[in-house]
Amino acid sequence: MSLLSFLTGGLIPATAPWLPVAFAGIMAFIILMYVILDGFDLGIGILFALERDKTHRDVMVNSIAPVWDGNETWLVLGGSTLYGSFPLAFAVILPAVYPLVILMLMGLIFRGTAFEFRFRAPTEKLRLLWDWAFLGGSVVAAFCQGAILGGLMHGTPIVNRAYAGGALDWLNPFTIFCGFAVVVGYSLLGAAWMIWRASGELQSNMRVYAKYLGMAMLVIFGIVGIWSPLQNPAYYDRWFNWPGIFATAVAPISVLILAYIFFKHLNSTDQAAHDKTPFFCALGFFVVSFGGLGYSIFPQIVPPGLDIWQAAAPTVSLQFLFPGVVILIPVILAYNIFAYYIFRGKIEAGAHYH
Amino acid sequence: MSFLPFFASPTAIEMARAQFGFVIAFHIIFPAFSIGLASFLAVLEGAWLWTKQPVYLDAFKYWLKIFAMIFAIGVVSGLVMAYEIGANWGGYADKVGPVLGPLLAYETLTAFFLEAGFLGIMLFGLDRVGPKLHFAATCLVSIGTLISATWILSANSWMQTPAGTVMGANGQIVPVDWLAIIFSPSAPYRWVHMILASYLATAFMVGGVGAYHLLRDRKNQISRLFFSMALWMAAIVTPLQILAGDTQGQNTLAYQPAKIAGMEGDFTTGVQALHLFGIPDVAQGKLLYDVAIPHLGSFILTHDWNGVVKGLDAWPKDQWPVVSVEFFTFRIMVALGFAMFGLGLLSLWLRYKRRLYDTKWFHYLTMLMAPSGFIAIVMGWTTTETGRQPWTVYGLVTTAQSASPISLPVVMTSFAVIIVIYALVFGSGILYVLKMMAKLPEPGESMPDDAPLRSHGLVGQVALGDKAGPVAAE
Repeated sequence: MSLLSFLTGGLIPATAPWLPVAFAGIMAFIILMYVILDGFDLGIGILFALERDKTHRDVMVNSIAPVWDGNETWLVLGGSTLYGSFPLAFAVILPAVYPLVILMLMGLIFRGTAFEFRFRAPTEKLRLLWDWAFLGGSVVAAFCQGAILGGLMHGTPIVNRAYAGGALDWLNPFTIFCGFAVVVGYSLLGAAWMIWRASGELQSNMRVYAKYLGMAMLVIFGIVGIWSPLQNPAYYDRWFNWPGIFATAVAPISVLILAYIFFKHLNSTDQAAHDKTPFFCALGFFVVSFGGLGYSIFPQIVPPGLDIWQAAAPTVSLQFLFPGVVILIPVILAYNIFAYYIFRGKIEAGAHYH
Repeated sequence: MSFLPFFASPTAIEMARAQFGFVIAFHIIFPAFSIGLASFLAVLEGAWLWTKQPVYLDAFKYWLKIFAMIFAIGVVSGLVMAYEIGANWGGYADKVGPVLGPLLAYETLTAFFLEAGFLGIMLFGLDRVGPKLHFAATCLVSIGTLISATWILSANSWMQTPAGTVMGANGQIVPVDWLAIIFSPSAPYRWVHMILASYLATAFMVGGVGAYHLLRDRKNQISRLFFSMALWMAAIVTPLQILAGDTQGQNTLAYQPAKIAGMEGDFTTGVQALHLFGIPDVAQGKLLYDVAIPHLGSFILTHDWNGVVKGLDAWPKDQWPVVSVEFFTFRIMVALGFAMFGLGLLSLWLRYKRRLYDTKWFHYLTMLMAPSGFIAIVMGWTTTETGRQPWTVYGLVTTAQSASPISLPVVMTSFAVIIVIYALVFGSGILYVLKMMAKLPEPGESMPDDAPLRSHGLVGQVALGDKAGPVAAE
């Protein structure tokens, strides 16, 4: 027995049905981290649609420049962990939403490069073009991510360990709606982030955007809450039948509490201490919706026919990956928090020239 | 055969292969450049902290701005591959995921986060954290690039020379011995060959940029510094790389002899000549227009003038690699390798004559050779990947079993979209990088965050205490 297999296999018994459950939790955590971290990044990009002023746009980009790459790394971790722990799910989901995946990647290319390029563009016109690329890439990426989640909830047919459907089977009103919902949600995160990190005129603009985006978010919660259980009778049973209705009630109650805190502090413009409260409430919205999604589909990983035990990699793969994940993710969180701490504080516009 | 995807026609597979080949060949240039530049930057910053000479800091800042662009392109073009593996190669993902998925997840956990987490500090944090902690960040980023290369080369090597696994009942490959998987037979050789290739490709690019500036201003101290450093690298490491290439060839002969037969253009088993040139005719099974040195092929591969080496006739034709591609790409790589070796020798001679900074024709030559390392990398990768065909995992999983059930029009559409967007976005990016490289390095180079109106908070723009004065002219 090699040292490595002693370290990993020695600690965990050969058959461990709890491992797929643990990895489902790990996957959920990784996706949630991605959604909230890259969510506000992409939201900043989407808000370029409303914020035309160059100085403001520079401040918005600078508030995320040192951290966006780390935020996007959670997407890579999500992909590779899904690949390693639930390879069959990885192999089925991506072909099922193929056009959305390609579009999302292209959107992220525009978004990720525009960061650097808009500062390197030789003319003002080209800079504006990269601003459009930043905006367009962010909108497309956000929309596709929402539509992918919607498509996943809607259901994916599988035959012989492969996706058994057409290239556009995901396309229906529900997935389109989920796409728009995520665009709105990310914008809200972005606006709330800027309330925290900006000051002056930009900050007051963001308070206005956040107000309307927050209201739109509440409407979306209402629609999703009714529409998504209708995608699959199993979801409906879980949400509205006894005793699930108890757990179900948690979601709207938490949303209402968060909304109350959000709108209360959104208006307290003179309290610097509350600048970050709307952001954390917006994060809360995402935690609740994400929890709802997990609550709907668990233990399925690719509804309606594939559960986490069927999709899981052989135990020996999970055993190998498990210690790495549980040890390294806290370490990663620690030095990421350190990086955020280094770049804390309000971003000042045009400080370069003072 | 139930595992064959029911929609996938051979042409859809070929399209998917072409698409993935395009995406990966484009991508590989950027991480290779990042690996080389990150280590180079760590050396420059370390030399600055050690000697306190501002010229090192200026060179550091000059290349740091270019590094930021290269790194960004590498990140987003790499993300495409991480998801294309599942989107275009669902069969592969399902079968191989239990083995390669954990390796890629460990790559993300141990390398990507490290790079991303400290890149922000490296690019924008010098005045916030101070030189020592900043140097630590630079080192962590460069270590991150090396860790990342280690995992991905482990994964690729396992696909070339699989070990430590058994075939599961459901068609999935099941890991048995992780150490054997991570250190599969070709992994150490490939690691050395690729890391040296990254360093060399970077050195030739850095040297080329230095040469370009010396042609305009041969007294520019910063250009002189990195021009000289790059050529030391070229002179010392190119011979090592040729040795490393030779040992990897021995390893390939042992584990993937069909790939070697295709590379060499050996169609019949026996004592092999070294074919300098030819055009492989796969249908007839012979090499046309052959220009060859008798016995030398056997000597290089077996270190015996009369060593017998298998030719392609030892395998049925449907198991031949893509001979018509790997035969040529291999020759281009080797030719470039020897050209690079020659340039290194020339640099040593000119250095000895104390004419390294004053020989115009040599500067032109070095400029011409600037992309040689990257071309050699793409050629080498094309050789090793087309040489692995018709398998994705050598001897275990065929390319045909690996495809997703994606129809031809869909793959073609996505390929077209990818080509247009890559040309647009990365074309502009490369143009911006070339412009940055065309700018003469100056004493008091700016940091990436000193770009127009780029500000980072309260102390973001406090001038650095180390603004370098003019370097004493010779």
